[in-house]
Amino acid sequence: MSVTIWVPADSGAKAVGADRVARRIAEVAVARGLDVTVRRNGSRGMMWLEPLVEVETAEGRIGYGPVKPADVEGLFDAGLPAGGAHALCIGRPEGHPFLARQSRLTFERCGIIDPVDLDGYRAHGGLSGLERAVAMPAAEIVREVTESGLRGRGGAGFPTGIKWKTVLDAEGPQKYIVCNADEGDSGTFADRMIMEGDPFVLIEGMAIAGLATGATKGYVYLRSEYPDAARVMNRAIDAARAAGVIGRSVLGSGHAFDMEIRIGAGAYVCGEETSLLNSMEGKRAVVRAKPPLPALKGFLGRPTVVNNVISLASVPVIMAKGAAHYRDFGMGRSRGTIPIQIAGNVRHGGLFETAFGLTLGEIVEEIGGGTLTGRPVKAVQVGGPLGAYFPPSLFSTPFDYESFAAKDGLVGHAGVVVFDDTADMLEQARFAFEFCAVESCGKCTPCRIGAVRGTETIDRIARGIEPEKNRAVVADLCQTMKFGSLCALGGFTPYPVMSAMTHFAADFAPRPVREAAE
Amino acid sequence: MRNNAGRTEERLIDIVNGWIAREAPLLPILNEVQASFGHMPENAAEVIGRALNLSRAEVHGVISFYHDFRKEPAGRHVLKICRAEACQAVGGREMADHFKRLLGLDWHETAADGSVTLEPVYCLGLCACAPAVMLDGEVIGRVDAERAEEIVHEVRT
Repeated sequence: MSVTIWVPADSGAKAVGADRVARRIAEVAVARGLDVTVRRNGSRGMMWLEPLVEVETAEGRIGYGPVKPADVEGLFDAGLPAGGAHALCIGRPEGHPFLARQSRLTFERCGIIDPVDLDGYRAHGGLSGLERAVAMPAAEIVREVTESGLRGRGGAGFPTGIKWKTVLDAEGPQKYIVCNADEGDSGTFADRMIMEGDPFVLIEGMAIAGLATGATKGYVYLRSEYPDAARVMNRAIDAARAAGVIGRSVLGSGHAFDMEIRIGAGAYVCGEETSLLNSMEGKRAVVRAKPPLPALKGFLGRPTVVNNVISLASVPVIMAKGAAHYRDFGMGRSRGTIPIQIAGNVRHGGLFETAFGLTLGEIVEEIGGGTLTGRPVKAVQVGGPLGAYFPPSLFSTPFDYESFAAKDGLVGHAGVVVFDDTADMLEQARFAFEFCAVESCGKCTPCRIGAVRGTETIDRIARGIEPEKNRAVVADLCQTMKFGSLCALGGFTPYPVMSAMTHFAADFAPRPVREAAE
Repeated sequence: MRNNAGRTEERLIDIVNGWIAREAPLLPILNEVQASFGHMPENAAEVIGRALNLSRAEVHGVISFYHDFRKEPAGRHVLKICRAEACQAVGGREMADHFKRLLGLDWHETAADGSVTLEPVYCLGLCACAPAVMLDGEVIGRVDAERAEEIVHEVRT
């Protein structure tokens, strides 16, 4: 009987040798005359175990990781095809504490199915949300999404249902669904993982958004740094169209919805929705002033839903299981689940989908297992390059939109980057300004010029030139950028800068003093 | 020379024609020109602009906005090194310096023998297996000093 062995094709797994492991498994199986089928899945999100090889057995899947090509012979010696014992064996992946503690709704199938196998998607509960949606009036779908409490997972946290209602009520000869897949925030990879591991869930979510708003055309604006995601998404879109999931008549409903991928060209600012729309329209990707809202005048001046990948990919489960099921996860005004991405200097890095409300300390110390280097945690940056640096003294902060805002931080796209005590927070503050200067679209002065002046001023502090005065200049500059910038790039760069200066003041002491202290 | 310019124009027009019936075709056209030529030919803005009824300045403005569009062809290999925070947290700065030293190149430079171009990138989405680089579109994670030397050896030969 043929044995199926799964090896992830997620680019995080490929980056640590998954393709070579997959080839080696096939070679060794042939050499030993074993009937083995190697299939490719997405990643379960336990990145320290990648490449995580899973074999299908009568007791379910048994996992082994991290597997190197040189381990493969030994794994076969230990009886890999039957799930034999081996030092790398982790047992059933679902039973692993990192996965067992999660509430996987959006990432339910990620790492389990073949990403481009539509039958496999359906067999694991896929398309039931869309099947329900095609039988509902548009306004009912919008109500369901509104009642779920889903808020934009890209970072701004705007209620998804309200955005959809605006587009539903807007008049226009053509409306659009635009998926913002320009995931440029360092420390985040949830969009990439879902597009590489379960692309049909995004397609299904976009089709539902189309039905809900009357949009018949969808675009995924995907960053050029993600070529693997683009390949998988394109194959999945072709398969969905061939099967009638999208196209002239969505699941035979008579409603049309088709979609395509548009690739960016390397500009962080395109993650900002108005800049993204200008980029898609073939203009310089400068930020647009709001109003008008993209919901009313978006792509080509027409009513447009712009939603993040995870927002759209969370819609199918809401439609399949109902708003209440989703809303019952979470706390306060942060409902449902959030895929937290644990990254940087951390032992157990990866994707952890859970209800809102864990504390930052639980995420970093318990789930992440502390630093990879084993040194004490110094700082945790939450929410990408525009997110604040948190010291361990703020580890009791619950992970939800409002609690983070109350501590002058942001959840953003839920990336958590851990730094150990060797981190130099002055360097991190300088980098925040430098990054803003590199990526500024140039339209507004506080961002374009403030970022450059900020870098120079931090350099002066580092050299011990009038440090007190220059710290005041940085604080003043941050104030101007925060309130005077047109979008979050200039407006949020003060978060990492000010949090670094506030919580790690010792790192901003003049250099000679610091060196003497070391 | 004349013939070369003519051939370039023909290829540009072919690319434009592949997209012109679609909505908002300029960005995909520019991406395909970059992929097909390896850089933006000098007459790209003019030829594409004429075909799309845009001024040369408008097209040039778009081309110059993005990091991906090159004025000159890159080396035979393109090595992109992540400079972002998650990689910094596990020695990304030191890794970048190591690559620069080994290659004798700074950001955006191409080796004199045309073997490799070194570029910064701000996040490859490999933040839990950092530090990360991308070599000719292939991702490589958990890069240590030894792996860096292997990569440099690979691009040099």
